[in-house]
Amino acid sequence: MSYVYSIGEYFLMIKGVFGRMTKRSVLKELIFKEINELIMGSLGIVAFISFFIGGVVAIQTALNLNNPLIPKSLIAFAARQSIILEFAPTFISIIMAGKVGSFITSSIGSMRVTEQIDALEVMGINSLNYLVFPKIIAMLTYPFVIAIAMFLGIMGAYAAAVLGGFVGSDVFLAGLQDNFEGFHIIYAFIKTFIFAMILATIPAYHGYYMKGGALEVGHASTTAFVWTSVVIIITNYVITQLLLS
Amino acid sequence: MIEVKNLHKSFDGEEILKGVDFVFETGKTNLIIGQSGSGKSVLLKCMLGLFMPEEGTIEYDGKAYSTFTDEEQRDLRKEVGMLFQGGALFDSMTVEENVMFPLRMFTKQRKRELKSRVAEVLERVNLNGSENKYPSEISGGMQKRVAIARAVVNKPKYLFCDEPNSGLDPTTATVIDNLIQEITRENDMTTVIITHDMNSVLEIGENIAFLKDGVLAWKGDKDQIFKTDDKTVTDFVYSSDLFKKVRDAQLSGH
Repeated sequence: MSYVYSIGEYFLMIKGVFGRMTKRSVLKELIFKEINELIMGSLGIVAFISFFIGGVVAIQTALNLNNPLIPKSLIAFAARQSIILEFAPTFISIIMAGKVGSFITSSIGSMRVTEQIDALEVMGINSLNYLVFPKIIAMLTYPFVIAIAMFLGIMGAYAAAVLGGFVGSDVFLAGLQDNFEGFHIIYAFIKTFIFAMILATIPAYHGYYMKGGALEVGHASTTAFVWTSVVIIITNYVITQLLLS
Repeated sequence: MIEVKNLHKSFDGEEILKGVDFVFETGKTNLIIGQSGSGKSVLLKCMLGLFMPEEGTIEYDGKAYSTFTDEEQRDLRKEVGMLFQGGALFDSMTVEENVMFPLRMFTKQRKRELKSRVAEVLERVNLNGSENKYPSEISGGMQKRVAIARAVVNKPKYLFCDEPNSGLDPTTATVIDNLIQEITRENDMTTVIITHDMNSVLEIGENIAFLKDGVLAWKGDKDQIFKTDDKTVTDFVYSSDLFKKVRDAQLSGH
């Protein structure tokens, strides 16, 4: 029953976010601040993980291609498909649930504990709009992070496959272009956009409605990470079933 | 002036406020005192519009809050300053940005005008030179003064303070009390203060409401509270040995 209550509360929060708007000049500043903290601040870890996981995917595929009848270009094909379809949008989003999600929950939760949210409300400011709306808008730029993750993942695969001596550069590039379907990119970015909204709102919900003190802020961050990951995984399944089946 | 009439508020079937009537006067420091759980914070939150009472009215300058339109409620909030128990300063903002915040949200002044008003208010609370510090870099007493500056920067008509000197040493607490009283008089505000601190009652208790179990048990001022024979009040006031000694000394003429 409490889950049903929480789901209802979550959607009421979303309604509240788009309620009375904060002054435009203040919002503009907040949005840029959030882009800097949520997006720019995540580029380093995303780039690092993407490059090396791309490399690992290529090595694993190469090591498992023992049949001489299977062309080596499959290494690039497999790397491209796994990176574009799943690794970049879904795996990176789970990592972002840990990094960005925890940050959102703990920052809003700390504000709740120290009465900063009450202070906003007493001043007549729609605290949900002031705190959550800029994060949602900032997360609209999240697909750029995933585009970078896709590019660096494939670069990592190229580096590992070619420099590791598993396949020649020409063969890798040919495999990369083999049976390419543009819709897969669209599918990946539709997923990314939905994940971005999940990443911005579920951690915000756990921070905004948390009760208690500093210890509960930590607990709320962990809960937010778990639920954000669960919702991303389930949504991923549903979208894949709807768009690719 | 804020007038509370027959205010009732319950939570989960338990009645916290049981028909409170009181007039909070303009230009005076109005204190709400009482033991923990007596309903002080609930009364304050009802006056702030954070809780809706089941029965009774709260009138701001003769107009009942329940009859306010959404627009009027928003306008009223712009005339309210609030000093929270912990200060509730925004951690990510400097002292100057904290104090400037209500002005930025609700006025269309230029940056130079905003800075000038903030400098004026910070000077009033003796915090010049701290503009660029973050709340974590200043003491608890300074944080309270920044919070007072932020609460009054918009020149509000009503100032609400939730235990303004909790966690402060006696000297700093007295400074904060006197500052609130001076600012109240200078700006002719209606100031409502929740406190447990009998020193505050002695210093600035111009109009006192004593709550017990959700009922207004006594009202008066700081001179009357030490002379009353009302046992409910004396049990609370003289729960401290210090005040017992003060009373005994007064009675013995020393």
